[in-house]
Amino acid sequence: MNLYSRRVFVNRMGIALSMVAMAFGLAALMWILWTLFYNGFSALSWDFFTQDTPAPGTEGGGLRNAIVGSLMIIGVTTLVSTPIGILAGIYLAEFGATSKFAATTRFVTDIMLSAPSIVIGLFVYALMVATLGGFSGWAGSVALSLIAIPVVVRTTENMLLLVPSALREAAFAVGAPRWQVSLKITLRAVKAGVVTGILLAIARVTGETAPLLFTALNNQFFSADMSQPMGNLPVVIFQFAMSPYDNWVSLAWGGALLIALLVLSINIGARILFRSKDKL
Amino acid sequence: MSEQQHIVQIAEESVLQVRKLDFYYGSFQGLKNVNLDIARNHVTAFIGPSGCGKSTLLRTFNRMYDLYPGQRAEGQINFQGKNLLDKKQDVNLVRAKIGMVFQKPTPFPMTIYENIAFGIRLYEKLGKADMDARVEWALRKAAIWEETKDKLQQSGLSLSGGQQQRLCIARTIAVKPDIVLLDEPTSALDPISTAKVEELVDELKNDYTIAIVTHNMQQAARISDYTAFMYLGELIEFGRTDELFVKPKVKQTEDYITGRFG
Repeated sequence: MNLYSRRVFVNRMGIALSMVAMAFGLAALMWILWTLFYNGFSALSWDFFTQDTPAPGTEGGGLRNAIVGSLMIIGVTTLVSTPIGILAGIYLAEFGATSKFAATTRFVTDIMLSAPSIVIGLFVYALMVATLGGFSGWAGSVALSLIAIPVVVRTTENMLLLVPSALREAAFAVGAPRWQVSLKITLRAVKAGVVTGILLAIARVTGETAPLLFTALNNQFFSADMSQPMGNLPVVIFQFAMSPYDNWVSLAWGGALLIALLVLSINIGARILFRSKDKL
Repeated sequence: MSEQQHIVQIAEESVLQVRKLDFYYGSFQGLKNVNLDIARNHVTAFIGPSGCGKSTLLRTFNRMYDLYPGQRAEGQINFQGKNLLDKKQDVNLVRAKIGMVFQKPTPFPMTIYENIAFGIRLYEKLGKADMDARVEWALRKAAIWEETKDKLQQSGLSLSGGQQQRLCIARTIAVKPDIVLLDEPTSALDPISTAKVEELVDELKNDYTIAIVTHNMQQAARISDYTAFMYLGELIEFGRTDELFVKPKVKQTEDYITGRFG
């Protein structure tokens, strides 16, 4: 076998192995999605969205309280983590090039990014639940915010660092102070990227269960009071999937499918948005 | 050579006086004892091979180097009776008075109208009508009004490269600076756009003092009144453009403008 045909052979082997690896990964993903659809789709009905979680031994029921609770907890999380995350990201990228404080913040953010979510759940439990006298939706939002903020900080910083220095200099050149340059020029230039980061952070916390177990807990009944234990999808899925009741298990599958679809559409939305970043 | 011998007297009133200017990138010295006067309402061109310090010099005039830790200037740049390099000097005010246009067009990510209004709003409170008038004035000054008047609400990024560069010039003069610094403003443009910018520079010198860095000697000869030739961080020769190009006093200048090196 001469050198050329050897190379062709090695090349083909390389491609074949990568294809197998890709097929393996994709197959696992498809299998998960298929199982979710197969078991969860039949649970999706009008009742699923309009009725609350059923008591043990009763028929039917839905996940209205859990869906509303999840939306509220995640909504508050977004409102809390977006401004904090963006401002911290701006600080790191535009102001903290050389400062020790920025270097420390960056380091802590990196640790937070990889912190196990159950640890964060326990932390908020010790901080808020144990001291303030009970599980609550607020505590759930705080726990999820601690997970979302580092994601937003890091994407905002990384996006801002991609802004060509020429644009930053041009803004300084008309006499703009640094805060105006940051907020009105560079942040605007990477708006799509930053929004993408926020969406990905939301997608990340949407499926988090462990932090909510110790904070928002769960609520069998409909409640829009954030200072009380609050129903939410991940914890309901966790409890219902382990239960002996068929309708509970079916609802858990439906909830899992709903979360998967939600996260999927957020991700797709983020991608579409990021692709159109050149628009104003 | 003493400092006095180094300074070339200019016939006109000078708006900016550079004295004993040294500049450092960390431990590397980018400018060595530069002395020079910039004549009011005239065009001063800076030429020289890559890395000679011409852009570095221009970027000391509006303290753009301040953005980068490790870069520092020593000496004096006198403007309106004050040393620009003074630590107490308000850098943002300096930059509003001494505007800059860059090599690559850098429109802000906003509408054409907002591109102009952004700088004005920093230092002036204008009503809607006054602002509209000012924006039109700046765009007319930069000879781009006819091309943009029907799309003021479109993104500045939607313009062609040459138009973007004239938009950047409009944005710079909109804040009514005293001096306009042009850092190789045409090196990213096609010949027709270049010609338009050059005509514009000729127009603008009636109202502004212009300092332009160019790697194109013909351009310097065409549009400038004074030319400074720089090499390895030093100001080798400075004088009236017609004299410097016809009868250079220094051998290095002659070699450069006749194309023997550079």
